[in-house]
Amino acid sequence: MPKLTLNDLNKMRETKKRAPDIRVLVCGGTACESSRSDQIFKNLISECEVCGIQDKVQIIKTGCFGFCEKGPIVKTLPDESFYVEVKPEDAKEIVEKHLKGGRQVERLLYKGDGTKKISSVEDIPFYKKQMRVVLRNCGLINPEDITEYIDNNGYKALSKVLFEISPEQVIEELKKSGLRGRGGAGFPTWMKWNFSKGVNDSPKYIVCNADEGDPGAYMDRSTLEGDPHSVLEAMTIAGRTIGANNGFIYIRAEYPLAIHRLEVALAQSREQGLLGKDILGSGFDFDVELRLGAGAFVCGEETALLASVQGQRGMPKPRPPFPAVKGLWAKPTVINNVETWASIPEIITKGGDWFAGIGTEKSKGTKVFALTGKISNSGLVEVPMGTTLREIIYDIGGGCPHGKKFKAVQTGGPSGGVITADYLDTPIDYEHLQQLGSIMGSGGMIVMDEDDCMVDIAKFYLGFTVDESCGKCYPCRIGGRQLLNYLNKISDGKATREDIGKLREIGRAMQKASLCALGQTAPNPVVSTLKYFEQEYMAHIDEHRCPAGKCKNLIQYSINTGKCIGCGMCARRCPASCITQTTDASKKKPPYVIDAAACLKCGECFAACKFGAVTRK
Amino acid sequence: MATATDEVKLTDGLTQFIDEWRDKPGNLIMILHKAQEEYGYIPRHIALQLSKELGVPLAKMYGVITFYHFFKLKKPGKNKVSVCLGTACYLKGGQDIIQELENLLGVGVNTVTDDGLFSVEAVRCVGCCGLAPVLTVNGEVYGKLTKEQLPGIIAKYRNNG
Repeated sequence: MPKLTLNDLNKMRETKKRAPDIRVLVCGGTACESSRSDQIFKNLISECEVCGIQDKVQIIKTGCFGFCEKGPIVKTLPDESFYVEVKPEDAKEIVEKHLKGGRQVERLLYKGDGTKKISSVEDIPFYKKQMRVVLRNCGLINPEDITEYIDNNGYKALSKVLFEISPEQVIEELKKSGLRGRGGAGFPTWMKWNFSKGVNDSPKYIVCNADEGDPGAYMDRSTLEGDPHSVLEAMTIAGRTIGANNGFIYIRAEYPLAIHRLEVALAQSREQGLLGKDILGSGFDFDVELRLGAGAFVCGEETALLASVQGQRGMPKPRPPFPAVKGLWAKPTVINNVETWASIPEIITKGGDWFAGIGTEKSKGTKVFALTGKISNSGLVEVPMGTTLREIIYDIGGGCPHGKKFKAVQTGGPSGGVITADYLDTPIDYEHLQQLGSIMGSGGMIVMDEDDCMVDIAKFYLGFTVDESCGKCYPCRIGGRQLLNYLNKISDGKATREDIGKLREIGRAMQKASLCALGQTAPNPVVSTLKYFEQEYMAHIDEHRCPAGKCKNLIQYSINTGKCIGCGMCARRCPASCITQTTDASKKKPPYVIDAAACLKCGECFAACKFGAVTRK
Repeated sequence: MATATDEVKLTDGLTQFIDEWRDKPGNLIMILHKAQEEYGYIPRHIALQLSKELGVPLAKMYGVITFYHFFKLKKPGKNKVSVCLGTACYLKGGQDIIQELENLLGVGVNTVTDDGLFSVEAVRCVGCCGLAPVLTVNGEVYGKLTKEQLPGIIAKYRNNG
């Protein structure tokens, strides 16, 4: 295929294929694919052929819609019907009744809380407060077809950078936009680019950090699965701006679908001449290669990531020198996170002022969060900076399910902290979250309810960072281990009040003395849970009691003989066979008792009893 | 995947891959990925040959392999069960899923069943947090799991051998 020139590209966009009357979008994100959305896609195509309407209908497999809780999702255009929890066998009905007959399949429509009928996407509360910049193409285009990206203003920004504006103007637009790194630290993107641009050295490199290691976050994965070209376009723009001809995407090996979509996108870009030699006839050469990560959280830290790209152990290095000056193979390297990259083409096309018009004074634009945990509508949400936590958790997320009480929300993963109900009206931006003792992080947002124990959560995160510490510097290697030991002591009910002081002291030392951000932020989950839930820690220490009923060594199950009707359900479910019936001759069905010494504390009896006779304390 | 007797020599796929990547700087991790794809883990004999091929000391290679969780030095079971213990899955009972699997299969985490059919590992976030708790078998994702579904899932793979 001959390579595209600028004219070809513009012509392609102007004369875009007239879309057929009806478009059907099937979610092809990892979560929906695991619920057999691929089969739904195939069935829809074959059913359309059976009905003879294949020429009128276009069926597309897109990236993530974000509403993962209700997947697999099928959306039809132009009428915007939103079908949820679709099964492969539903394809026939959708085709016959809706696509051919023109009547919605009521039973598959999203119902919400049932108070009012929802017939199109606009009515869905989950989407109402969202604003899609990074995820603009996710759930809208076929990520495996470059022409769809081009039709939706794709590669417009690149054309502008290659032919209309100078590298200085690109940096100026980024500066105006106020874009800050979305990987967590929030460093102004234009400054990174400007540093690298100013260094008189060659070659220079462009790197995309797609090593999304925060457990409970999947923004980058969905962006790459749904819109891989946005990242490739932005990296090419950066290459042109700072004078680099090579880019690397460092992506987790655990993300096979994202890797596949990137490989397809790379091949199509090269074929069309949007990567490779003489891009669009501009004389500028740029290409991108993939490098696979291998499961090390620390490689999200930029100097560790660069070591890993070079095939070494992913150990961080002291900064300065910063990667912008001495990065890959000691050459100037611009490294940004997936979400940062995906924002850039829109900023160049629409202008920095447009982007700066969204958000708060110091945090501009939008942010994608992976809203998960004890939340009714878990999924991927993108909101303008400055949106409050309450809006995200209640208006978009629908609050905690099963009528449970909200306890805290954790942002920033293992480097972040918890935020309590008192602070739900805080607008989300880098500064506010930091003031509360948490961080923006990459965008994990995990909701916890009354059944979650804060000591247990701190233990979970510390277990993670201890496991992931590279071992290079000792505040992190030894401090993390010690923090975890104290936390274990607390949840076993063997700690003293002095141990709380130790937690704080070790935490401070790690924050101050660790080499990289992993170690510096590892104590955050402990420090912030201590700040807001000290009483809960004290209950473990003073009363040997876990108020949430999570720490196994501190809970005890017993049966309230007054409430027990002697049905025996608990005894049948008990894996340890430690529940036996009493021999109370006065009753026809005597109550049961638990032998506390043999009890495994698995909680099966508690879950099995329908009469509230099994108590936990 | 190669059989046990093949594990002493490099597969054609791996040889070809090495030739393709030989001159690219920073190729070691990519080549180790390919080796693991071919054998299911990184056998010692293969590491030794890679070391000679690439001129990387075996000790250095061992350092890299053991640094990353993804690389395995022990042969996994024929069916690899990975239980997600990312935060969302942890909150929604991922730990209970692991315990139940251990009961069902009679082996602990990171061990292979006697018949070589299964191995269980705990992994960090497979990125399907909306479906928590999640496990994958040979890459196929099972979401919104309950303990009751596990015997069925195991049986499906056991029957396929």
